[in-house]
Amino acid sequence: MSICRSLTLLLIALVCLLSLPATAQEDDPGKALLINLADAPASKVEEAVNAIVSSGDERARGWLEAYGNNRLSRVKDTGQVVLVLNNRGRDWEIADPLTGENMGEMSRRELDRVAINNRIRGQLEGILAMLDLNAKDPDVREASAQDMMGKVDASLVAPLEARLEQEENAAVRNRIEEALAIYRVGEGNLEAVDVLAGSLHPRARAALNEAARSDNQELAASATKALESIEQKLKLNRAAETLYFGLSLGSVLVLAAIGLAITFGVMGVINMAHGELIMLGAYTTWGMQQLFPGQPGLALILSIPAGFMVAATAGIIIERSVIQYLKGRPLETLLATFGISLILQQLVRTVISPQNRTVVTPDWMSGSLVINDALSLTLNRLYVLAFALIVFAGLMLIMRKTRLGLEVRAVTQNRAMARSMGIRATRVDIMTFALGSGVAGLAGVALSQLTNVGPNLGQNYIIDSFMVVVFGGVGNLWGTLIAGLSLGTINQLLEPWAGAVLAKIIVLVFIILFIQKRPKGLFPQKGRAAEG
Amino acid sequence: MSLKKHVKLGLSALALSISFNSVAAEDPIKVGILHSLSGTMAISETVLKDTVEMLIEQQNAKGGVLGRQMEAVVVDPASNWPLFAEKARELLAQEKVDVIFGNWTSVSRKSVLPVVEELNGLLFYPVQYEGEESSENVFYTGAAPNQQAIPAVNYLMNEIGVERWVLAGTDYVYPRTTNKILETYLMDMGVAKEDIMINYTPFGHSDWQNIVSDIKRFGSAGKKTAVVSTINGDANVPFYRELGNQGIAASDIPVVAFSVGEQELSGIDTAPLVGHLAAWNYFMSVDNDANYDFIDQWIEHTGNEQAVTNDPMEAHYIGFNMYVEAVKKAGTTDVDAVKDAIIGVTVPNLTGGYAAMMPNHHITKPVLIGEIQDNGQFSVVWETPSLVAGDAWSDYLPGSRDMIADWRKPMFCGTFNTATGTCGASAGEMAAADE
Repeated sequence: MSICRSLTLLLIALVCLLSLPATAQEDDPGKALLINLADAPASKVEEAVNAIVSSGDERARGWLEAYGNNRLSRVKDTGQVVLVLNNRGRDWEIADPLTGENMGEMSRRELDRVAINNRIRGQLEGILAMLDLNAKDPDVREASAQDMMGKVDASLVAPLEARLEQEENAAVRNRIEEALAIYRVGEGNLEAVDVLAGSLHPRARAALNEAARSDNQELAASATKALESIEQKLKLNRAAETLYFGLSLGSVLVLAAIGLAITFGVMGVINMAHGELIMLGAYTTWGMQQLFPGQPGLALILSIPAGFMVAATAGIIIERSVIQYLKGRPLETLLATFGISLILQQLVRTVISPQNRTVVTPDWMSGSLVINDALSLTLNRLYVLAFALIVFAGLMLIMRKTRLGLEVRAVTQNRAMARSMGIRATRVDIMTFALGSGVAGLAGVALSQLTNVGPNLGQNYIIDSFMVVVFGGVGNLWGTLIAGLSLGTINQLLEPWAGAVLAKIIVLVFIILFIQKRPKGLFPQKGRAAEG
Repeated sequence: MSLKKHVKLGLSALALSISFNSVAAEDPIKVGILHSLSGTMAISETVLKDTVEMLIEQQNAKGGVLGRQMEAVVVDPASNWPLFAEKARELLAQEKVDVIFGNWTSVSRKSVLPVVEELNGLLFYPVQYEGEESSENVFYTGAAPNQQAIPAVNYLMNEIGVERWVLAGTDYVYPRTTNKILETYLMDMGVAKEDIMINYTPFGHSDWQNIVSDIKRFGSAGKKTAVVSTINGDANVPFYRELGNQGIAASDIPVVAFSVGEQELSGIDTAPLVGHLAAWNYFMSVDNDANYDFIDQWIEHTGNEQAVTNDPMEAHYIGFNMYVEAVKKAGTTDVDAVKDAIIGVTVPNLTGGYAAMMPNHHITKPVLIGEIQDNGQFSVVWETPSLVAGDAWSDYLPGSRDMIADWRKPMFCGTFNTATGTCGASAGEMAAADE
């Protein structure tokens, strides 16, 4: 260490001697530190990073963060180290790391990135977390202590122990103790095993697993025992996790299918372009994000009404131009709407692009809700699950409590009778189809957060949608909800031992057999409606 | 008298050159482009069509080849594998193209093979593939497994110290063959069977929750774990998103991908993916003037400042230049003459080195490992010290260990078995038999 430090000092002196004394800035020790880092061969990078940390420079954190994010570059001509503020496109915006002064744009041909690899990045995260351990906010301290887990090495033990002495927050203390214990278990410390015994953190488990394989009999035995008790706890968490996965996949299925449950289930129109209506909703989200650059969250919320409107309008056009002329001819409707779906796909390819579009996930939707170290629920899926339930509740309200719902039910049950009662059946047809299509658009808005927004988006969901509607019982919204959620859960239960491909096949076979037994699905319609 | 003679001579020379020029104008070199412009594969293949068109434009601006202009003949096989064969027949039999640049998926290449062999065409195939093939009429400018998969695994094993492996792929021929090769290779290197987890998912898979959670669990066994991903196309986007959401960072479990390039990353927010890896033979971020020029030309050609370049585009760049050189060397576009001439042709690639056409119709390439950055680009962290020649027949599969391909006379065979000393069926015959 002292050799390294004196080497750095020597370098600083050397650089100072060599450089022309043009401005006062030239004497900035930070400059030498950065050049030292940029010049270092792979084997010396660690020393260079340590030199920056031990310099105590208050800008050090920013430099190391930039280095970790590949944002440190050298100007090829002058050898100056610069911060890259924006590295998209051919000209990069750069700044002086010493003063923070913006230096304008520079062609990336002129810049040479200061290289970093995963190993160094791992160490860097440890060092940055160590710096953060001194933050005022206990949440920041806890997060950084958690980052330390598995990253502690011999050099970090002493500062961590010192930190533990000062720490008052219990949660942070626990984390630091666990982080230290992981290192100590690796060193063969028996007491540390007890610290980790109750931990669900994957890195704690990794450390114990390693210990369980060690030659030290005593250590191996106690590590195995600790692992057994962890395994018990994990089983419960895994069950909860699988259930969540199932419900989340199910909610996607419900969202995709619920619009179809109206157009196909209630109206009896086999709409093969349903998937493309979903796609339109997803593209609306992308379009809104283009309209509101930098505000993905606002754009997403505005996309909910916009996606509904776009898809509903498209639905009305399809209904007026094609479907109304094919009433009562399911085969022709199927072929015609299949043609529409191909036209819509190719339209998107030609007008927008055959490439997938990037839809940004707003910050509040990324990451996960941490229940404990072994169980965390991904936020985007949690939101989609909630959204699916809200959409379902909304549709139920419309169908049960509004005049439109009443008319829809009347027209589908007995068209002639409804007309003679003064209901304008054609208008109801349009409204129903628009409603179903609009809900497909809503599904697209939600799916843009989970999957690719591209011309093929709809194709991936059309079969699943029909499957859910048929399985649930045509014409029954509750059936669609139950069918979607249960198919999702079955799929996720099967997946771990059958694999994704086989799980899908098994589910499909199951549905075929089920339909053989009960052709009308889970919840068949009863009474007169059933014949209609 | 002498003046008159000179004028006469000059005039006839002029006439000759005019007639020669008009012949050249009437008789361009026809370049067939067989890439899907609609359907699932349009996402990847459309840019390749544009690339070849751009290269043709540039070559024509330089005066063409042998004084002849080049002309693109574009057809759309619409991501429909049998249609690839029909369109290839149309290009060769009706349009009488001199060369074809095309195909992405292996299944489409297998569909085209019998046609190209029957009608004696030339096909340049630009995508990394599973190997186990060498056709007289096909030039493989993408990577064979030994130019991508094996070096990447070596990198993880030696530089990162990975001991536990997840081989995750889409369920079709390329991932299955590659994973079979990798599994044999890893077991040869002493990795235990329980330290290898193999997982296949359907095309366009979007629900990765369970698999990612499995990987997380597999990775907490105390040994350094990595994922080797042959997941294809846009299924990668939800996969990486799920990785990010479930908090798997590259420093815990790195993922090295063979099918994720700049194009795929342009459809995704890369911030949570920083540090995950990809193995290719070219990256857009390669710091090299030839590359920067190519990017500038590409941006100009597409008119899109955000346009990205990728590995198969470089493969077409190399293949196109090799074809041009071979035609110049042969002095004709005659298929057999070009086939003979192209072996040994060496052209610059975009990473600062040279690519040479080997006798087995594969080329030499550097292997680069890149880390994903937050701007959707890769930064190169490791590179093979020298160029790697493509191996048509893998050394890690039982049936193919003894096979070699050499399209020089006298061997002139793509399936020569060194153990029995016989030449097997041609690639096209095998593809036809599979159908």
